[in-house]
Amino acid sequence: MLGEGIVKGMLETAKNFAGSFVSEDRLTTVEYPEQRIPTAENARVFPFLIYDGPDWHAGLRCVACQICEKECPPKCIYIEKSKDKKPDFVGKPQIYPARFDIDISVCMSCQICVEVCPFEAIKMDTEFELATGDRFGGLLLDCRELAKSNEYYHSIHPTEAAEVDARLAEEKKAAEAKAKAAAAAAAQKAAADAAAKAAAPKPGAPAAGGS
Amino acid sequence: MKTVEEIKAAIEAAVPGAGVTVVLNPSPSAQHSLRLEPAHALAVAAFLRDDPELAFDYLSNVTGVDWLDKEIAEKVKVTRQVTKTVDGPEGTKLEQVVDEIVEETRKHVEPGSLEAVYHLYSVALRHGPLVLRMRTVNRTDKVELPSLTPVWRAAELQEREVFDLYGIVFTGHPDLRRILMWDEFKDYPMRKDYVEPDDYEYEPTAHDAVLKRAQEHRSREQGSRD
Amino acid sequence: MSVAETRTERSAGWNRPPAVEPEGEGELLEVAMGPHHPSTHGVFRMDVSLDGERVVRLKPVFGYLHRNHEKIAEGVAYLASMPYTDRLDYFCSLTNNWAYALAVEKLAGQEVPARAEYIRVILAELTRIQNHASTIGFLLQEMGASGTPLMYAFREREKILDLFESLTGSRMMCNYMRFGGCRVDLSSAWIEATKKVVAGLPAFVDEFEALLTGNEILMARCQGVGVLKPDLAVNAGISGPMLRASGVNYDLRKVDHYGIYDRFQFRVPLGDHGDIYDRYMVRVLEMRESIGILNQALQDIPLGPIMDAKAKLRGFRPKPGEAYGRIEAPKGELGFYLISDGGPNPYRYRVRPPSLINLTVLEDMCLGHNVADVVLIFGSVDIVLGEVDR
Repeated sequence: MLGEGIVKGMLETAKNFAGSFVSEDRLTTVEYPEQRIPTAENARVFPFLIYDGPDWHAGLRCVACQICEKECPPKCIYIEKSKDKKPDFVGKPQIYPARFDIDISVCMSCQICVEVCPFEAIKMDTEFELATGDRFGGLLLDCRELAKSNEYYHSIHPTEAAEVDARLAEEKKAAEAKAKAAAAAAAQKAAADAAAKAAAPKPGAPAAGGS
Repeated sequence: MKTVEEIKAAIEAAVPGAGVTVVLNPSPSAQHSLRLEPAHALAVAAFLRDDPELAFDYLSNVTGVDWLDKEIAEKVKVTRQVTKTVDGPEGTKLEQVVDEIVEETRKHVEPGSLEAVYHLYSVALRHGPLVLRMRTVNRTDKVELPSLTPVWRAAELQEREVFDLYGIVFTGHPDLRRILMWDEFKDYPMRKDYVEPDDYEYEPTAHDAVLKRAQEHRSREQGSRD
Repeated sequence: MSVAETRTERSAGWNRPPAVEPEGEGELLEVAMGPHHPSTHGVFRMDVSLDGERVVRLKPVFGYLHRNHEKIAEGVAYLASMPYTDRLDYFCSLTNNWAYALAVEKLAGQEVPARAEYIRVILAELTRIQNHASTIGFLLQEMGASGTPLMYAFREREKILDLFESLTGSRMMCNYMRFGGCRVDLSSAWIEATKKVVAGLPAFVDEFEALLTGNEILMARCQGVGVLKPDLAVNAGISGPMLRASGVNYDLRKVDHYGIYDRFQFRVPLGDHGDIYDRYMVRVLEMRESIGILNQALQDIPLGPIMDAKAKLRGFRPKPGEAYGRIEAPKGELGFYLISDGGPNPYRYRVRPPSLINLTVLEDMCLGHNVADVVLIFGSVDIVLGEVDR
């Protein structure tokens, strides 16, 4: 019968229309900004730099190795190395970024900087309400604006942050063990040297001990 | 599917004097290709499409490649005749001509060319790919290649694109115009020696070379206006 | 343009099928459809010559969204092109990723672990479903069914995009696949969520079909319009659902055996007439087959690594050579052709865009039809301008 298909389609629409009063599933609209959908844990928007401890500058994990600058596909990262050094999380003196700028008007949120970073220093933020009136200055984020605490990282990506912390703790332990071993070895060597020195009769020097 | 050598033999049997050479591909993909003489390319293409055993009826991909002039330095072993003094009998010295093998570095410039690459498949027999290549004589004035659009319609838009971005002129193409760039555009942007214009729109990335050039361009423009 | 001029243009003599002759003499009406036209899915122009309502000449004009993706890719490392491939066909970023990864894996000889292959299949089939659903939605939108089918399609697409976001971090610009594997592993929670979404999909396709398939208006507008003959389709390099709607049995999942598609049971839907209605029907049936593949893949996904152990993230330099890799993307055959000279950047990087090549026969399909049908024929090709212009 002509028109049967149309009637069938209309019935389907009516079912959906009536269904939207009873079924939560069919109501898909959320009234932003009053209502918000929680962001997915893996969500990524723009990168930020992580610092440990209370002081952002002292705790910055970045060592200005410039790998992310080189690998960034749209070249939105700009790094200047510092002249002096500051201790990193294991206490080794390291260079830090004197300048670290990310131009988020160029950044395309691809996460490649995070993947290539060997120091777990750069991670992806989930903050997306970044509109600003100043097109140039407002979207060029500097080191201070990029630095965010490890606690903040834990609050947005809890699973990933826990894994990173475990990895870093292991690294730190290994580094400490290595340092301890090195110190022990050095002490041993020094002792051995001293012993050797003491044992060997030195020409021209007054004989020590009870000869 | 037949190997490239077998296909080459089949082509040479069907199109006398076709002048097909096999280009080996050292990568793990092992997709070897056949280089065609432009003069016989159309006949070879028609044969590849219509031969019942090959039946390459589906042209998947057409593209261009730019090969710049390349200076090739290679070490060659040369035999040279050297005169040497040899101890003769009874303490005399004799001069003798000896062959000696010397290693020499020779440099020669391999002239650049533009290359069109075609990837063929067969829908009827479900095999492929067969890669065809053609080279122009040089990169400047002799850039004509025969169009394969009369054999495969699939080449129509793709050859236009190769013409647009590389500047290969396909003779026999029914509608050879620029496709992606605008009609008044002069250069060929995909060539390796293409120089980007310096009047780019302003990019705020602080360290970009593009920005520097744009600023210089702008100050030059302002200077000329004053 | 006058009628006589179109005649000489067409008699230039090559493999274009004969078209409708304009009736009478005099001037034709020139209409520029686009670049800003709601039916063109972006910025695209068709220069149409009309004899009354009938189309007698149609020239597509491309390039409004051209950004020379290939040139950019030749200037950056292999990995850095991966996020750019998302922007080609922004509806199906995961299949774009896969095609590029496949070409690089062929070039460098990398092996993909079984779990990663399963993940790729799952994501590609989800991509195919959401692409076909929204394509049909847009087609109906252009037919005048303002909103309803499109909103139904988008409601379902939203669920799939949520899955993408929770796995890859982004709804559309996924940047997920890597050479030799995938970036992050699936959690069991994600698999459960996907199973739930997939379980709801057959009901959605049924609903979609109840709404559309038997609809008399859809039939009247689509049947017999924009017919593409199979021999022309093959000769013009048409691929994807458009080729299969013309009755040519050529699905790269079956032909090339790439990935692990050999392990799954699925059929290749084919059309009889090659008109718009067949293209619609093929897409609906492909969605059903994709649901079947998803059910099998989610059932048998094995545990294991997701990256090739030899794969390198930094300092990746394949040996000199070249490779052409192609997959069955939702829009057709998406291929990547790479030439390596041993350096960190590709010497040549080429995308074989199915959207552009499927437009080769746009004029052939439109000639002789009314101008209102041009919009429908164009919509049934299923293009995304990001891929056409690159």
